[in-house]
Amino acid sequence: MDSPSPAGLPAIDASLVGRLLGAALAAGGEYAELFFEHRSSLHLALEDGRVRSVGAGIDAGVGIRVFAGGAVGFAYAESFEAGPMLAAARMAARVARARGKARAPRWRAAAVPVPAAVPAGIAVSPADAAALLRRVDRAARAASSLIVRVEASLAAVQREIVVAASDAPMLRDVQPLLRLSVAAVAERGGRREAGSAGGGGRFGLEYFLQRSPESFGVEAARIAVVNLEARAAPAGSLPVVLAPGDAGIWLHEAVGHGLEADFIRKRSSSYSGREGQRVASPRVTLLDDARVPGGRGSLGVDDEGVVPTRHLLIDRGVLRGLLHDRVSARAAGVAPGGAGRRQSFRDVPLPRMSNTWLAAGEDDPQDIVRSVRLGVYAARFSGGQVNIASGDFVFAVTEGYLIEDGRLTAPLRGVHLIGNGPAALASVSMVGPDLQMSEGTWTCTKEGQNVPVGVGMPTVKIDRLTVGGTAIAEAPR
Amino acid sequence: MSLPRGSQVLLAGLQRRATQILGELRGLGAEHAELRLEHGQSLTVSVRDGALEQLAEAQSLSLSLRLVCGGRVATVTSSDLRPVALSPLLARAAELARLAEEDPQAEPPSPRLLARRWPELDLFDATIRRLGADRAIRLALLAEAAAMQADPRVRSSGGAGCSRTVSHALLVTSGGFVGNFAGTRVGLRAQVVAEDATSGRRSGHYWSGGRHLASLDPPEAVGREAASRAVRSLGAAPIATGVYPVVFSAEAAAGVIGLVSQCLLGDAVARQRSYLARRLGTRVASPLVTIVDDPLRARGPASRGFDGEGLATRRRVLVRRGELQGFLLDTASARRLDLPPTGSAGGGGGLVHPSASNFYLQPGRRGPRALLAGVRRGLFVRATLGFGFDPGTGHFSRGVEGVLIEDGQLTRPVAEVTISRNLDELLQGIDAVANDFELRTAIASPSFRVDAMTVAGR
Repeated sequence: MDSPSPAGLPAIDASLVGRLLGAALAAGGEYAELFFEHRSSLHLALEDGRVRSVGAGIDAGVGIRVFAGGAVGFAYAESFEAGPMLAAARMAARVARARGKARAPRWRAAAVPVPAAVPAGIAVSPADAAALLRRVDRAARAASSLIVRVEASLAAVQREIVVAASDAPMLRDVQPLLRLSVAAVAERGGRREAGSAGGGGRFGLEYFLQRSPESFGVEAARIAVVNLEARAAPAGSLPVVLAPGDAGIWLHEAVGHGLEADFIRKRSSSYSGREGQRVASPRVTLLDDARVPGGRGSLGVDDEGVVPTRHLLIDRGVLRGLLHDRVSARAAGVAPGGAGRRQSFRDVPLPRMSNTWLAAGEDDPQDIVRSVRLGVYAARFSGGQVNIASGDFVFAVTEGYLIEDGRLTAPLRGVHLIGNGPAALASVSMVGPDLQMSEGTWTCTKEGQNVPVGVGMPTVKIDRLTVGGTAIAEAPR
Repeated sequence: MSLPRGSQVLLAGLQRRATQILGELRGLGAEHAELRLEHGQSLTVSVRDGALEQLAEAQSLSLSLRLVCGGRVATVTSSDLRPVALSPLLARAAELARLAEEDPQAEPPSPRLLARRWPELDLFDATIRRLGADRAIRLALLAEAAAMQADPRVRSSGGAGCSRTVSHALLVTSGGFVGNFAGTRVGLRAQVVAEDATSGRRSGHYWSGGRHLASLDPPEAVGREAASRAVRSLGAAPIATGVYPVVFSAEAAAGVIGLVSQCLLGDAVARQRSYLARRLGTRVASPLVTIVDDPLRARGPASRGFDGEGLATRRRVLVRRGELQGFLLDTASARRLDLPPTGSAGGGGGLVHPSASNFYLQPGRRGPRALLAGVRRGLFVRATLGFGFDPGTGHFSRGVEGVLIEDGQLTRPVAEVTISRNLDELLQGIDAVANDFELRTAIASPSFRVDAMTVAGR
């Protein structure tokens, strides 16, 4: 396997896999795994109506991991040649010695099964991508005479992985990822405001047959123009209505991370030891599923060679499940559920979310808004963060409106919302039937590793959340 | 530069390969190219509950490249430098460049601006290899043990870790620039969770590190600091919504100064995506504020003798006593603004963007406690939560954790509140700057006080 073609991973030779696993387990250790990855990427950026740069990249190698009595050894090679890969296997094996005990029986190379059929990949034509960006740009400019700048970029990544574990059949997956981002700036009377939009998922350019590229340009322009009217958001504790789609980022921060089993195992999560207990309002049912077709977080096989299943995390307010990787599953004595993900072969897998959403409810979205006398309607978000131990979370609203007497009135300036996960989940009082997956281009960062994720949500009312604006409101109490 | 023999051999090897690649690019019709090769070696250990949790070792070599072909730009990154893999990728990049439009700003920088020599910055510790896996494990175990024993309310360990990296890099350009970089880094961290029956759960994290082994704090000190950070925020609760004077701790203050750096980056300024774009020569902060970008600090976390395009670098005062003096410019943004470039191109190879180096607020004369004096009711901010910020408008809002200040004293811990104010007003409202400055991170600040901010809470 000495000449990886630029098109993807080379054929994985079963006898070499056996040798590598043997070397990884030569010093002891009970499990070893080889993670082969080939990633090719294409990136185009447009500014002022001109394609300013086009980039291509290749990143390929193998990450080798060994479990020895509760400890993990890890090393990688940026090569598919036998020499560097064997050196990495021996480096990963050192953990067994460094640990000084746990001498497991030597692993014997059995026949390694050949991977199953390869899912189809994508081929993105750079010229088509450039033409598409120009369409986005024209649409944004045409949407309003107030638009003074447009920037757009498109990235297409083809990730191919093969995972060979010492205790499981070898599996292969192809994970394409397409991302369009557009930012528009509107100006009036010396005031400038920005709006952004984007979309994509595990698709090729055929995605834009379903969803016109123009619509993203128009959406970015619309938000920029709305923001020209935005006034200072209120400060204080208020009812908040979250619009369907994007707002799923709230759940990702407020509860999702706290259910990743590494935090539970380290007893650092505010949800530690609460399985089977009520952790949210009965209106909250939370799911994570890596098998959503085209979902940004979707996977055929996770980065530890486990085929993912759907995870029911919270069922009508009761904590029912956690997201496990092999390490946490082993410690908890359960089967891994396919939630082990890593940024690349240079990283160790961690339990991560894939596509996470709140199940639909029955409250009419219009009634939800009508129920609020003074509050905030949050439509678009730029991201969030959580403090795992305390459960405190923030997320940033980039398009929001004041609700006065049950009606959306003035647009509000960008603002952070802050709350405590368990407390906010308990105060979810209304849930709409209008579940929508975000078209957003979310990337989740944990321990410095970035992975693409999907989020989704119907319209939701949270009775109280702290709105971090500058205008001090007299909220009804 | 007196680098160890091993480093010299490694860099010479990188230079041979880089020269071949430049030759190949010329053959493909590129009129200009910037190429960076980077080699890294790392060792990382982590421990938890008194036992080894993970041992990771790695070596890596990567290429990033910008090429200009017929006035059009393409970029390449790759982790596979073997000719059999790289040559097809280079040819593809030359083809991809045709899809871009001609970019007059893509012309290479004038050769007379290229750095010829630069000071020895003491970024490489030749003794770093003495930190092997066994010693790293021992240090991490000591830090964790100290954290767990520091206070009975510390109930669980989030783990401790120790790492070292050795980096070598080479930047060559078709304009004749050749620059070597060699640097080391070492770090030791600990994280614990404190808990008590009435006040819930809080985590504390601390790290120590730097370019040299000698910059590591003793493991016991790292552990004790992590424990103290967890315990001190137990029982934190929101305070009432209102307008308060706010004192930013040095760590939280660095976050604010980082936002200023974003607004001074040449591409944000040239695109009118910074509220500071039209403010050169005007008052942008209180007279107590002097902000410096200094790439030439010895042992600095972001020190660089030359920038990503091979230009010479120097210390620059960007805000002097409240007045905006300059921006951070690479060649392209400088051309768009019709200003001279400032040697602020980040990265190198690949798509060049302006970036800050060691960027900091100049310390004042008063001790940090003096900032609390005279504050009847205020908020001391220890950490911020959240990222979003719009450089175009300067509107600033963050979640925070901290302590209530009453009559000049820190009284009870605060969490689950936000602070907000426009960055422009915030900087004008700085009314005291302390002397507790340490360049531990590339963006750094002493603690400072802002006269008033909106706090949203209960």
